[in-house]
Amino acid sequence: MAEGERGKPAKYSAAGLLRRGLKGESWPRVWQEHELRTTYDAVIIGAGIHGLATAYYLAKNHGINRVAVVDKGYVGGGGSGRNTAIIRSNYLTPEGVAFYDRSLTLYNEMSAELNMNVMFSKRGHLTLAHSDAAMRTMNWRAEVNKLSGVDSSVIGPGEVKKLVPSLDTSLASRYPILGALHHPPGGTVRHDAVNWGYARAADALGVEIHQQTEVTDIFVAGGDGPQNKGTGGVVKGVRTTRGDITAPVVVNCTAGWSSLIADMAGVRLPVVTHPLQAAVTEPVRAFLPAVVVSGSLHVYVSQTARGELVFGAAVDPFATYSTAGSLEFAEGLASHVLQLMPGISNLRLLRQWAGLCDMTPDYSPIMGFTPVDGFICDVGWGTYGFKAGPVAGEQIAEAIASGKTPELIRNFALERFADGRLVGEKGAAAVGH
Amino acid sequence: MLLVPCPNCGPRDASDFKFGGESSSRPDPRTATPEQWRDYVHLKTNVAGNQKETWYCRGCRTYFSLHRDTVTNIFGAPQS
Ligand SMILES: Cc1cc2nc3c(=O)[nH]c(=O)nc-3n(C[C@H](O)[C@H](O)[C@H](O)COP(=O)(O)OP(=O)(O)OC[C@H]3O[C@@H](n4cnc5c(N)ncnc54)[C@H](O)[C@@H]3O)c2cc1C
Ligand SMILES: [Zn+2]
Repeated sequence: MAEGERGKPAKYSAAGLLRRGLKGESWPRVWQEHELRTTYDAVIIGAGIHGLATAYYLAKNHGINRVAVVDKGYVGGGGSGRNTAIIRSNYLTPEGVAFYDRSLTLYNEMSAELNMNVMFSKRGHLTLAHSDAAMRTMNWRAEVNKLSGVDSSVIGPGEVKKLVPSLDTSLASRYPILGALHHPPGGTVRHDAVNWGYARAADALGVEIHQQTEVTDIFVAGGDGPQNKGTGGVVKGVRTTRGDITAPVVVNCTAGWSSLIADMAGVRLPVVTHPLQAAVTEPVRAFLPAVVVSGSLHVYVSQTARGELVFGAAVDPFATYSTAGSLEFAEGLASHVLQLMPGISNLRLLRQWAGLCDMTPDYSPIMGFTPVDGFICDVGWGTYGFKAGPVAGEQIAEAIASGKTPELIRNFALERFADGRLVGEKGAAAVGH
Repeated sequence: MLLVPCPNCGPRDASDFKFGGESSSRPDPRTATPEQWRDYVHLKTNVAGNQKETWYCRGCRTYFSLHRDTVTNIFGAPQS
């Protein structure tokens, strides 16, 4: 790795890898450790993709780099290191499609932007329909997508079979495949590379990343609630397990824990925390060229570059902060995926895990200002937030720098629940993330 | 695996139930302001710790409330 100029993270190269391998040299730290200062221009809570991307764009696009990203655990220890890394923009609402499509653009440029190969594999995304109702939703989504300029169309079982020969498209199957929504620009990315890429690039711009630093309280003055928190208040800083910090801006990027952080500022959120489980098989030769989702069968599957099949489903049906996995999930997953691909019945599951998801009533995120001045939320990412990290970071950074809500995220404000303007994405996000 | 203690059927697998979410008190629909009603419908405490919540048992078709620690998933005594 060549030493990078300040502000630009160093490049990884094959020659550097060879040289270090031969000489047995160690690699420089990807981001630095710092003493915690007592004051910053902004404190971002949560070092997942959302917190890291927000910090990166604050420094890069707006020159605001006296920023601390604090995390009670480690970089990518939340959903950002546990997700199944599916990237797509074939959502159901016009505002959803426009927003997620901006993220796809940022993913397209990301490897060059961050000097890190994030392995974005645009392999195409198929959402299968097994009923007339599902076909109707697919047609609806395809039309909304096309109107927004997103490559998305409904295809029949014959074309599905051509794209993914391992799928059982016969009418004899228990849930015959009637068609699918095909989204060629969708695919997968290497999530750890994205997290580390943003962490490294933000660090190079002067942002401080503080792991093992838990926020235990948020200071607010002048609010109408207990301890002068809540509506009408102004944020003053945070208390952490490593000391107090004064800051005029505090950003909540804590996904599954976001209600607890918002509560520290006296803000209530329409968020319920549910676990989402995923599982991976032993690696096999490449045979699955696209991401396949079946809403009716509550399962989705893709094959990694290493050859493992990665499976996921909908969230567990009750709220909890526990990330324990269940046999029930593995059983359900296996029986459902075998309906789609009977040929993989001999594959063995290697691992299963869970992450916490901050579910909202409309399956859309909550982004922007809150009733507490300076306290900003980028939460409600549920099961679909990894793909949105880049655009959310970019837009939240702009909101902080300009003091105004950018157009692209206006419809995702917390007020929408009071105004009755929900952005219903359940039909496009409940199973396929 | 979560075993939910139904007051009628005893402890049974969570898949025999429908989770009804955290309990909250409903404002009087005749006098509630739109803001109060929307808060009731949407805003949650989502506590990490002891939560009073509603479950529906598909076996005996009963709604009941329970206390559960949402971090450890340990249930308190059932109440109807
Ligand atoms: C199994 C699974 C599969 C998924 N699949 C997809 C997918 O295919 N595509 C997609 O787009 N999305 C997917 N998601 C959703 C996605 O992973 C999340 O929405 C996204 O990672 C959220 O990122 P974040 O940065 O907001 O939060 P997180 O990455 O969860 O980070 C939050 C951080 O906050 C920290 N924190 C919490 N409390 C405190 C505190 N008090 N003080 C300091 N720090 C604190 C935590 O330690 C954590 O690191 C999936 C999620 C899961 C669990
Ligand atoms: Zn019962």
